[in-house]
Amino acid sequence: MQSNQVLQETRPQAVQTHPETNGGVVYTPAVDIIETPDSYELDVYMPGISDKTAEATLENDVLTIRGQVERSPKENLRLAYQEYEVGDYRRVFTVSDGVDRERVSATVRDGVLHLVLPKSESSKAKRIVIKAA
Amino acid sequence: MLTLDLLNEMNRLHNEVDRVFTRGTPTLTMTADAPNLNVWATENELQVTAELPGIDPNNVDVSVEGDELNLRGNFSEKQLKEGQRWIRQEHKPFTFVRTFRLPFRVESSKVNAQYTNGVLSLTLPRAEVEKPKKIEIKAA
Repeated sequence: MQSNQVLQETRPQAVQTHPETNGGVVYTPAVDIIETPDSYELDVYMPGISDKTAEATLENDVLTIRGQVERSPKENLRLAYQEYEVGDYRRVFTVSDGVDRERVSATVRDGVLHLVLPKSESSKAKRIVIKAA
Repeated sequence: MLTLDLLNEMNRLHNEVDRVFTRGTPTLTMTADAPNLNVWATENELQVTAELPGIDPNNVDVSVEGDELNLRGNFSEKQLKEGQRWIRQEHKPFTFVRTFRLPFRVESSKVNAQYTNGVLSLTLPRAEVEKPKKIEIKAA
C-alpha cells in the first residue's frame, strides 16, 4: 500500500484510552480506502453503529469519524462468556486540498460508514489536448 | 414448609452458566479472524452476539445441533470496478468456521438469528427436555 497524500493520519493505535465523557473504551476502527477517477471512498468498520450513532466531521483539514455503540443492558441476562469488549469508535484523518469539501457524502449500512470524498476539479487528472503545430 | 433458598438458586445458575468454560472451550478451526463471540445467558436462554460488520448474511451459516453451535461464513473481497484502485485495505477478506459448545442443548426449531448494524445476534432457547422441572413436594 503506498502512502497516500490526500488522506493522512498520525499513527493509529488499536485502542485509545481517551478520557471520553463516558469513560469507556474507544476503538480505532478499520478503514478501507479506494480511489476512483472522481473521488476517494472510505469504508469505516464500526459494528454496532447506525446512521444515528455515526458521526463524520470535516473541519479545516481534519476529518473526524466517530461512532457510538449502545451498550444495552440486557435485563435478566448475565454475560456468561466474553471475547470482545464493546466500545465507541474514533479515527482522525488529515485531508488535503485535493478534496471538494462541499460535496462529501456519507451513508451507513450494516455497521459500516461509507464516505465519499469527491476530488476537487483542479486535482482531477486532465487530459491535455495535443494539436499539431 | 419448604423455604426457598435464594442463595442456592443463584449459585446453581452461576455454576450452570459457568459450564460454558469448563465443559469444552470453543474450538477454532481455521482462520485468524474468526468472529469473537459474547454469550449472555439466563437459565433457559442464551444470546450469542458476534461483530461482523459489512458482511453479506447469505454468506453466513448458523446451525445448532444439540448443545453444539456451528458458525461458518466468509467476508469476501470487494470487487473494484474499472478505474478504481486500492489505497488501503485494513478489513481484509476472511473465512471462518467455528464450533462452540453450549452449556445446554438447544431447541433448534426455535433458534432466532438476526443481523443488525453489523452485529449477528442469535437467540437460543433451551431444549424443553432439558429444562429443570420443579418437583412439587406435597405434605404426606
